[in-house]
Amino acid sequence: MTYKILIADDEPNIVISLEFLMKKEGFQVAVANDGEEALAKVDSFKPDLLLLDVMMPKKSGFEVCEALRADPSRAGLRIVMLTAKGRQTEVAKGLAIGADAYITKPFSTKELVAKVRSILESA
Amino acid sequence: MNASWVVAILSTAYLGLLFAIARFGDARADAGKSIISANVYALSLAVYCTSWTFFGSVGRATSGGLSFLTIYLGPTLMILCVSIIVKMIRISKSQRITSIADFIASRYGKSQLLAGLVTVIAVIGVVPYIALQLKAISASLDIIFQQTAAASDPWWRDSTFAIAAVLAVFTILFGTRHLDATERHEGMVAAIAFDSVVKLAAFMAVGIFVTYGLFGGFPDIFRQAADFPELTRLMALDETRAGTWASLILVSGFAILFLPRQFQIMVVENVDEGHLRRAVWLFPLYLLLINVFVLPLAIGGLLHFDGRGVNPDTFVLTLPLSQGAEGLAAFAFLGGLSAATGMVIVETIALSTMVCNDLAMPWLLRSQWLNLAEKKDLSGILLGIRRGAIALILLLGYVYFRAAGEAYALVGIGLISFTAVAQFAPAMFGGMYWKAGTRVGAISGLVAGFAVWLYTLLLPSFAKSGWISRSFMDQGLWGWPWLKAQALFGLAGLDEITHSLFWSLFANIGLYVGVSLLSRPGAVEASQAERFVDVFRYDQRATENHLWRGKASVEELVALLERFLGPGRAHQQLAAYASSRKVGDWRRLSADAQFVQFAEKQLAGAIGSASARVMVSSVVEEEALGLDEVLDILDEASQVRAYSRELERKSRELEAATAELREANERLRELDRLKDDFISTVTHELRTPLTSIRALSEMLHDDPRLELAERMRFLGIIVAETERLTRLINQILDLAKLESGQAEWMTGKVDIAEVVRESVNSLEKLFHDKQVAVATDLPEEGAAVVLADRDRLMQVMINLLSNAVKFVPAGEGEVRVTVRTEDAEVRVEVADNGPGLAPGDRDVIFEKFRQGGNALTDKPQGTGLGLPISRQIVEYFGGRLWVESQPGQGATFVFTVPLPTRITPERKTT
Repeated sequence: MTYKILIADDEPNIVISLEFLMKKEGFQVAVANDGEEALAKVDSFKPDLLLLDVMMPKKSGFEVCEALRADPSRAGLRIVMLTAKGRQTEVAKGLAIGADAYITKPFSTKELVAKVRSILESA
Repeated sequence: MNASWVVAILSTAYLGLLFAIARFGDARADAGKSIISANVYALSLAVYCTSWTFFGSVGRATSGGLSFLTIYLGPTLMILCVSIIVKMIRISKSQRITSIADFIASRYGKSQLLAGLVTVIAVIGVVPYIALQLKAISASLDIIFQQTAAASDPWWRDSTFAIAAVLAVFTILFGTRHLDATERHEGMVAAIAFDSVVKLAAFMAVGIFVTYGLFGGFPDIFRQAADFPELTRLMALDETRAGTWASLILVSGFAILFLPRQFQIMVVENVDEGHLRRAVWLFPLYLLLINVFVLPLAIGGLLHFDGRGVNPDTFVLTLPLSQGAEGLAAFAFLGGLSAATGMVIVETIALSTMVCNDLAMPWLLRSQWLNLAEKKDLSGILLGIRRGAIALILLLGYVYFRAAGEAYALVGIGLISFTAVAQFAPAMFGGMYWKAGTRVGAISGLVAGFAVWLYTLLLPSFAKSGWISRSFMDQGLWGWPWLKAQALFGLAGLDEITHSLFWSLFANIGLYVGVSLLSRPGAVEASQAERFVDVFRYDQRATENHLWRGKASVEELVALLERFLGPGRAHQQLAAYASSRKVGDWRRLSADAQFVQFAEKQLAGAIGSASARVMVSSVVEEEALGLDEVLDILDEASQVRAYSRELERKSRELEAATAELREANERLRELDRLKDDFISTVTHELRTPLTSIRALSEMLHDDPRLELAERMRFLGIIVAETERLTRLINQILDLAKLESGQAEWMTGKVDIAEVVRESVNSLEKLFHDKQVAVATDLPEEGAAVVLADRDRLMQVMINLLSNAVKFVPAGEGEVRVTVRTEDAEVRVEVADNGPGLAPGDRDVIFEKFRQGGNALTDKPQGTGLGLPISRQIVEYFGGRLWVESQPGQGATFVFTVPLPTRITPERKTT
């Protein structure tokens, strides 16, 4: 089956990279540029996995993640958080609010792809 | 002759009886069944009536008439002031006072100097009084043996010396069996009360015998006296001597309180304050009864021995003898003996306690002669000192008797002593009612009063008997008439007692009050003042405990007690104390404040409060009184108010300093937090472009078959992101330099109009690409010349212009730059027709990495550092940078740069 990936990030160039990378892996991809759009696209696009940036306008990645995890009907959604803030406390916070993985920027494209695959396949 | 045997047997039997009573009283006291009742207490106060009363009142009445009554009016009036006496008793109990010297010393900071001074004054002052007793007994023996007194006899054949020796031995046996002076001598008090009964009975027996036996009752005597004008005079009040009356009443009123023996009986020996209520009427009644027959005896004696040269001081004996009533005469002799012995016993015991505690002990404690540390038990030495003191005092009394005794009648000698102890009055009353009285003041007053007394009363008494030259009395010291001993400063016409009392109290009170007001009490002094004056207000136990702080060991304190009290007595007291603290064994007591207090009080009983203080502090490591504790207790003493103000000031300063520190700490925390945030933000800003660069590079690297268009697009992004990184790093370094003050400035004359033109020109392509219209409104050349760094000003302008371009709508954008000189500055405005700023964003945009909410769409072009850097630059040149904007109405960024002062002198003057 084809997995659906939603990319939520406000940095256009990062979105370009991620979109290209995910499509090349054969995933179906949608893009959101801020937190609110991300929540809306989760409803409309119904992704299997969400690549979620933390520092976004309107709603931060943390807020988006918490809102999604508060809804039991979306328990199957995998969330991988991306952040340019690499502090341990933030990694811990991301995992505590229910993210499946927490990846710091800049990331290795191979590792990111491997992580996304393993999460999707273990579900 | 038989009479001497009779007298010897009678005297010995009488003294033996007294001794038995004393033993009985002590035994009962030890068994816990005190025989001191209110009646016994009141009667014991009559120790005031000595042989002076017994023999001397009659003598005085024969010359001074009713004035003999003053000596009894004073005490009667004084004892009615119950509150004063109750206060003295309460203070003495709470402070464990052993004598009047202890009382005064304790009040003024437990001063050894003061204790010694009071003791010296008391001893010297009272010696004439002791001599008086010796003289009275001696005279009465002469009457009984029908000899004439021969003062020229050598002392070893002098019966008076024998009397003094017998009295000394008796007093030693009687009064110094125990050591602790605050353990009351209940046996002694009982014996003294018995003495009082005997002397009253004897005197009244003689009075009744003379009045109703020799004469036909009171009316008969006064009728017979009426035939003689000089006797009529005795029965009338002599108005011209009102001053003498007043001073005698005053001096005797003081005597009832401050004579060492009166203080001993009334205060130290008091077992129950309630006993005073009985004494208030019983003691005056006693005085009344013992005086009822004085005038009849005086007149009767004068009538009976008309002109036969019989000494009126001996009428009490000679009248019965002249009638052959030898039994009555013997009884009268016993009465006189009891009056004398009672006085001598109590007076010398009181004085010996003072001499031992306040003179001998301080000296011994300091001297090397007696190595106190090596002596296990000093109680024997203490007893020895007291016994020696008793013997010494009686010896001094005898010496005075030999030296001056013949010059005066009995009453005269007594009044010399009264005037001496009256010197204690200012320090005592002041001590009990005036907190501002100080140690230095008390010492000054006492020394001055005592010196005046010595010069105007004691020395003249020697001079009158021919022992020393009279010249200082007749011509004045060094021949200065105003220093005549009994007419100081020309104050003649008074009797010697009034004269001396006036000048001594004048000097005493004057210096006591004056010096006290000029001096400041120490902490101990001030706290003692508070405890004395407000004795009724403070719960003694509570205040004492928190007034003391220090370290002590039980062993050392116990050793101290054993040394001064003797091991047996010390252990007894310790056991009693332990059980009061509900501790089974005193060896398990802890050396807390209360225990130290207990030990000091026990020692005070043995060696006086001043010496006890010294001993206790020698083994206890004491901390100085905490100011706050002193404050609690001494809230009214004036120097404490000063302390208080000082403390409050210090406390306020501390609070202020604390607040400042807290504030500084807050600021540091805030700065630390800002620094963390800054680093975190910088990290984020650096990682973001790096992310794109790395991801895209990896994809290019991993996929060689990527289409050319994709390749070019990716490489383009990589270049742009690299530029963004470079710009960011440069700006961060720039800002860091600006903020740390390490930036290099090339300051010179800069024409702002030119800077604006050049900036606009350099961005022409940018305006053109976005089709933004640029308009400038600039002053003529040279009008807006400032001192600044041209490149930095250019940096600011380019930043503001490129911001404006960023936010105006493409195609319809308008940017207007206006430069104007206003007052002493150049004002530059960059206005755009963009979306404007929300009020909340107007300040935020000048913070690092904080861009307005809608700047995100065009993120790669802004680092979030441009405006903070621009503001740093403008402020460096003394100007300001701010924004004026309303949402939807564009934004106007304004900055100013001050004009150099020499360019605008005329502007400034207008």
